Amino acid sequence: MIEIRFAGFGGQGVLTTGMVCATAGMDLGKNVTWYPSYGSQMRGGTANCSVKFDDKAIASPFLKNVDILCAMNTPSVDSFQGELKPGAVMFVDSGVVPEDYPVRDDIKVVRVPVNEIAHKAGNPRGANLVMLGAMAAHTDIFTVDEIVKAVEKFFKKKGIDNPKNLECLKLGAEC
Amino acid sequence: MAERVLMKGNEALAEAALRAGCRFYSGYPITPQTEILEYLSTRMPEVGGFFIQAESELCGINMVFGAAATGARAFTTSSGPGYSLKQEGISYLAGSDLPAVIIDVMRIGSALGDIFMGQGDYWQLTRGGGHGDYRTIVLAPNSVQENVDIVQLAFDLADKYLHPVIIASDAGIGQMMEPVELPDFVEEDRSKHDWWRAKGNTAGDAKNTHKISNVYYKMWDPNFCEQIGYTDYPTYLKDKYKAIEENEQRWESYMTEDAEAVLVAYGSSSRVAKETVNIARAQGFKLGMIRPITLWPFPVKAFEEAKAAKVFCTVEVNILGQMKDDVEAAVKHRVPVGFVGDFFEVPDSDRIIEYVKEMLK
Repeated sequence: MIEIRFAGFGGQGVLTTGMVCATAGMDLGKNVTWYPSYGSQMRGGTANCSVKFDDKAIASPFLKNVDILCAMNTPSVDSFQGELKPGAVMFVDSGVVPEDYPVRDDIKVVRVPVNEIAHKAGNPRGANLVMLGAMAAHTDIFTVDEIVKAVEKFFKKKGIDNPKNLECLKLGAEC
Repeated sequence: MAERVLMKGNEALAEAALRAGCRFYSGYPITPQTEILEYLSTRMPEVGGFFIQAESELCGINMVFGAAATGARAFTTSSGPGYSLKQEGISYLAGSDLPAVIIDVMRIGSALGDIFMGQGDYWQLTRGGGHGDYRTIVLAPNSVQENVDIVQLAFDLADKYLHPVIIASDAGIGQMMEPVELPDFVEEDRSKHDWWRAKGNTAGDAKNTHKISNVYYKMWDPNFCEQIGYTDYPTYLKDKYKAIEENEQRWESYMTEDAEAVLVAYGSSSRVAKETVNIARAQGFKLGMIRPITLWPFPVKAFEEAKAAKVFCTVEVNILGQMKDDVEAAVKHRVPVGFVGDFFEVPDSDRIIEYVKEMLK
């Protein structure tokens, strides 16, 4: 069982990132659940979603022992690093979370300059894909190839074919 | 095998209703079920059906009453406060022997409460909810796939008993995404039924009566008396409810046979209850779970199987433990029945295990 929390500002695309991640898991033949925070969130407010992967049937869709946190801002670090189990991996957007920001010392922190890379890829809206690429490189939930394929399929279904999306993933994986 | 697609519970439910042959929907937006309207607003016209965003919940349910009275497969959806507004219409559907499906995607609290997940409507759902002497079949799905499967069942049961059927979903099931396999479209030929609802004047069961009467004064109507008879009307109703109670109990038993304690939970909370059983079993603690799929009729038969259980405990997302009464009745008050529950969230599995162990002491 892999438990992942995606968190950030509303409008940043954290719910979509979780959805892409869950779709990738499904395409790999795993059981997946995706559960959003929903309600009176607004652009600029906080948003998060949780994703679970398992080869077995997933009983509860709610998180309990979190393996991975993807924190796109400092409030997300504050709210959710506490629920991580020891040895978990926390990915942070190093563009907004300062290097000396207080984090737990029993977890691994991967700092990814998502916006800088997304700009470099010519796809400023692709910051979340950069993060997914980094997740593929630093965890064993899926390989870079697998997430590339899943993202291609996800956007193709929406009628979007943007090679720069894949560029974001690949550059993220190099972080 | 159909392709697995990742879908939100609410949207999967809406698509499943169309695939079950439903072509009439009227409802009013309210969180956390608004995705159903949103989805149907574009999808229903694509399949040639009628989608109406009514001006209120009252209007939504009464349009469904009208559609059902003309033989259509019809449904409406709401949540908490909006579901309360529909009660008069549901009572009238029951009083008129009309088949329809009503879905309550539960949220928390009385009054406006809040938009977060809850299971506070259990009493209202299972005891009738509106005025008068009636009950409705209540189905409680606990996954996105079951949301899909249960819609077809709900429409079929509504037709079978000529009675409103409620689906008790909750914000957890409605908002989450899981892979689902959607069934093929069912061609629902309403003219196959010989009810007056489908055939109007030519219906075999109506003879000369083709007006819908939802007042019991109809019992004085000579045409009506010819069909059922004034004095037989209560018997007709009692038999209908008895048949439902006898034939339609549905549940899932999970590791109950040797369980010394059994959790009872439905919908979202049953997902955590199952996780709790898995954790407990890994610790060597013989815990089991009964998951009512029909909240009414309550699956009392399920409790006969859990012979080893010394205690039962409901797990709910409310503060009053609304299902406790039904469990106590099902075990005939022979063993203690506890309750773990709270607002907003399903109780944590460790807390449930701790509570049940305390009960066993």
